[in-house]
Amino acid sequence: MSELNHRELGLTDEQVLEMYRYMLLARKIDERMWLLNRAGKIPFVISCQGQEAIQVGAAFALDRNKDWLCPYYRDLGMVLVFGQTAKDQMLSAFAKAGDPNSGGRQMPGHYGDKRYRILTGSSPVTTQVLHAVGIAYAGRLDGADHVVLTSCGEGSSNQGDWHEACNFAGVHKLPVIFMVENNKYAISVPLAKQVAGGEVWKRAQGYGFPGVKVDGNNPLAVYQAVKEAVERGRKGEGPTLIEAVSYRLVPHSSDDDDRSYRTREEVEEEKKKDSILVFRNYLAEHGILTEESEQELTKSIAKEVDEATEYAEKAAYPDPKDTYKHVYA
Amino acid sequence: MATDILMPQLGESVTEGTIAKWLKKPGDPVSKYEPICEVSTDKVNAEVPSTIEGTIVELVVEEGTTVSVGDLICRIQEAGTAAAEEEPKAEAAKEEKASAKAEVPAQEETSMKQRYSPAVLKLANEHNIDLTRISGTGRGGRITRKDILRAIEQGVPAAAEQPVAAEKSAAPREETKPEPAQPKQPAPVAEAAGVPLENGDIEIPVTAVRRTIAQRMVQSKHEAPHAWTMMEVDVTGLVELRNRLKEDFKKREGVNLTFMPFFIKAVVDSLKEFPYLNSVWGGDKIILKKRINISIAVATDDALYVPVIHDADEKSILGLARAVSQLAEKTRAGKLDLKDMQGGTFTVNNTGSFGSVLSAPIINHPQAAILSFESIVKRPVVTNQMIAVRDMMNICLSLDHRILDGLMAGRFLKRVKERLEAYGPNSEI
Amino acid sequence: MPVISYIDAVTQALQEEMKRDSRVFVLGEDVGVRGGVFRATAGLYEEFGPERVLDTPLTESAIVGVSIGAAAYGKRPVAEIQFADFIMPAVNQIVSEAAKIRYRSNGDWTCPLVIRAPYGGGVHGALYHSQSVEKMFNGVPGLKIVMPSTPYDVKGLLKAAIRDEDPVLFFEHKRCYRLIKGEVPVEDYTLPIGKADVKREGDDVTVISYGLTLHFALQAAEMLEKEGISVHVLDLRTILPLDKEAIIEAAAKTGKVLIVHEDNLTGGVGGEVAALIAQEAFFELDAPVQRLCGPDVPAMPYSPTMEKEFMLNPEKIANAIRELAEF
Repeated sequence: MSELNHRELGLTDEQVLEMYRYMLLARKIDERMWLLNRAGKIPFVISCQGQEAIQVGAAFALDRNKDWLCPYYRDLGMVLVFGQTAKDQMLSAFAKAGDPNSGGRQMPGHYGDKRYRILTGSSPVTTQVLHAVGIAYAGRLDGADHVVLTSCGEGSSNQGDWHEACNFAGVHKLPVIFMVENNKYAISVPLAKQVAGGEVWKRAQGYGFPGVKVDGNNPLAVYQAVKEAVERGRKGEGPTLIEAVSYRLVPHSSDDDDRSYRTREEVEEEKKKDSILVFRNYLAEHGILTEESEQELTKSIAKEVDEATEYAEKAAYPDPKDTYKHVYA
Repeated sequence: MATDILMPQLGESVTEGTIAKWLKKPGDPVSKYEPICEVSTDKVNAEVPSTIEGTIVELVVEEGTTVSVGDLICRIQEAGTAAAEEEPKAEAAKEEKASAKAEVPAQEETSMKQRYSPAVLKLANEHNIDLTRISGTGRGGRITRKDILRAIEQGVPAAAEQPVAAEKSAAPREETKPEPAQPKQPAPVAEAAGVPLENGDIEIPVTAVRRTIAQRMVQSKHEAPHAWTMMEVDVTGLVELRNRLKEDFKKREGVNLTFMPFFIKAVVDSLKEFPYLNSVWGGDKIILKKRINISIAVATDDALYVPVIHDADEKSILGLARAVSQLAEKTRAGKLDLKDMQGGTFTVNNTGSFGSVLSAPIINHPQAAILSFESIVKRPVVTNQMIAVRDMMNICLSLDHRILDGLMAGRFLKRVKERLEAYGPNSEI
Repeated sequence: MPVISYIDAVTQALQEEMKRDSRVFVLGEDVGVRGGVFRATAGLYEEFGPERVLDTPLTESAIVGVSIGAAAYGKRPVAEIQFADFIMPAVNQIVSEAAKIRYRSNGDWTCPLVIRAPYGGGVHGALYHSQSVEKMFNGVPGLKIVMPSTPYDVKGLLKAAIRDEDPVLFFEHKRCYRLIKGEVPVEDYTLPIGKADVKREGDDVTVISYGLTLHFALQAAEMLEKEGISVHVLDLRTILPLDKEAIIEAAAKTGKVLIVHEDNLTGGVGGEVAALIAQEAFFELDAPVQRLCGPDVPAMPYSPTMEKEFMLNPEKIANAIRELAEF
């Protein structure tokens, strides 16, 4: 882990411990979903594993009471920080009526929660990036000072909508943070075959706003970059592109088998840089996490995930008649 | 020869423009593509160039005036003028018109006569219209919905009025001789489709009349729940009376005195006592008919017709005898007209005339009942504790059970019986 | 009542709604300083300023995508797609996003957005400035598609679209812009989306149409009246959702139905209308339901002879009505 120190970034010990807690909670929820999938209880999982530091670090740099999120399907860590719970995730995984994202209509990972200003998302990639620009523009019309963070993978940053959004926000100097979570694979296609030049952050230059690249395994590095972007945005200086580099530790989804396109050695090597491990060590080194408090934390998260699973499994499915609801007002 | 300069279309949605300023005046020479005026539209402002070289003859539109795209704005005398080239256009137009005319379909074609649309079939069914009696104004003689609506409005033959048969002579503008078989046209009644033919079987094409009879029978049987009852009538007295009168009657009146007038008279008098028998099922109501019009079944070799004796209650035995005789004659001569077929309220059926002693007639839809008079036969009957030879006749009543129940039908039938039994050799008629 | 043009009705509706509701703003290519290439937004920039009359980059998907974000936030964006032909890059935003936001969020989020686009031919616009694109979107639940034919309908329906809680595609026939004029009340009014309108009463043949061809149908009806053919004309006004009751009633009126639209025959709205009639009004039919539509060629050619061949006109419609009347 880099030389960054949380106190120098203005973060308290309690805050970094809370960051770790969210990262671990996201990881444990995700792992539970894989188990449920492999046990035949839920049809589909799409993972955040390996990207928790980006998601939690970024969310901590935002104002959770006024800023907006247009996330993508891996941003479990981000939506937890903004207010969703383990229960919410399990209700979504089991497609139960109580799923706050969609009432059981969408696959897991398609976040959307008006309570926390998390805009509803879809499966076609980077459509949400334009929506983020629209929310930023609407805020400007109202004289609001919120910023909008929108994220996607590095493969998605090739989409036309992504570029249209960067250009639009650049022209109008809108407070949008374009977060690209570079996990090195777009399903099976590696970065080299996805992004010409291999560097997403450099694309910002063409749109007339800053682009930065950060270590996506270090939540403090991500926090720092997003914090700066937020300040720029609030001051009316326009958008920022952040490329946060990490690694997708699991297959693309529960329906994918990554052994067909990458070696186990590569994955094992990357697991050593897993942000959960790295950040845990950082906290231990700084005396914030003790063996005792870690056990306590692990136990409490396990309980939270167990209870959420049990609750969601028992929760009611939507009424089939609800299929016809909410087509129009 | 001056050339017309028209207001050009300046922009995709523009339909008119204002001449802001003329850049030329009459007599000025103009070269091709030289601006002649400024035009403003709500989409663009532009200079309009001349399309030819020549001299301005006339400015037709004043400055500040708005005109539609394509309107004449000025005339230019073309340098080295040539003649107009209007002719070929006109000819082409004529040709177009001529070819359009040629496609007008032949008038007398009737290939579509029996192609009925859903709307036509539905209306015909609802109003009991005999489609064979409607002439079509559509292409190929097709009966249109409007044709049916007109028929309903004008009271054209509702099928209900002569359910047993359609009479061709009653249909307006139709030929009087029997209709030729039309084997190719599908009959609207359910067909015995798929009946296997064996060697020697003969297929007889269904005539229009037969098809109509079939339709009516199916309709009546399908719609009206038939109940049936029968009584025995001792008509010994009536037989004696008729035997006494018939020769004089024939001489004096010129018509045969049959039993029919007596039967009808007994029915008519009893209908007055039981108006429900003289009624019609109206879906959500029962309509008691004021007039008593008796339909009588008249058979020909190939069909059965049911002409009507209107206001039968106003006729004496003599009047009834005359009416029966006339209608029978007209039927056999194929000369029944529309009014002979309409308005029946109760049907009397003389099945006895061909030897039947028992029948279960089908109601003449939408009437309430039909009464058959069977053969009069001499039979040993117990009267006054003794066996006597009496002239006995069965009368059989089919009734629409929606309208009538057995009790009322029985009382009515009993009254008919009593009236017939009341005749004696010396009764006055 | 003052008589105004079809495009003036668009402008008036926008101006009045922007004045009435500060959430309303317009965006699109050239809508600001230029006032729109057809001048539909003329005067708005001057009255409401550059932020509420926003000149966007030349990116249709962004115009719609940004509008969706703003609508979700709580604004009432009215996006202009300069020509309906250019809406294709935005189809993903319209179909995957706008149409599904309410549904996919279980009613949590909404998308009160209007997308205006001039469509249709007869203006020498060739392949890519003449298309009717409604069939691309027809049958996408969650969308509403309004296609008015008169200035009165334009104004009342555009105002209703702006006030609607769901995404509305508002297609304006560009040939109508300056060709069609009509009376429009000065007072504020709206017309219900999803309601058709009988534009002419008749009892021989029913014509069901919308947009420019509706006017051709009315002209045809006028011509045929002299021949003793009485034509009933129903203006759909909204093609999604269809006004089923009005369609069935109009079909039942005469039993002979001609559906007319400029969009291609195959896959056009007419197929849906015909199916509806077959299903719901079968026993009222006195003739096969007929469709007279743009031919199944990719688009309208530039050459006047070919354009004329593609386009419908009152004569073509009159011939089709006559055929039905004689049937």
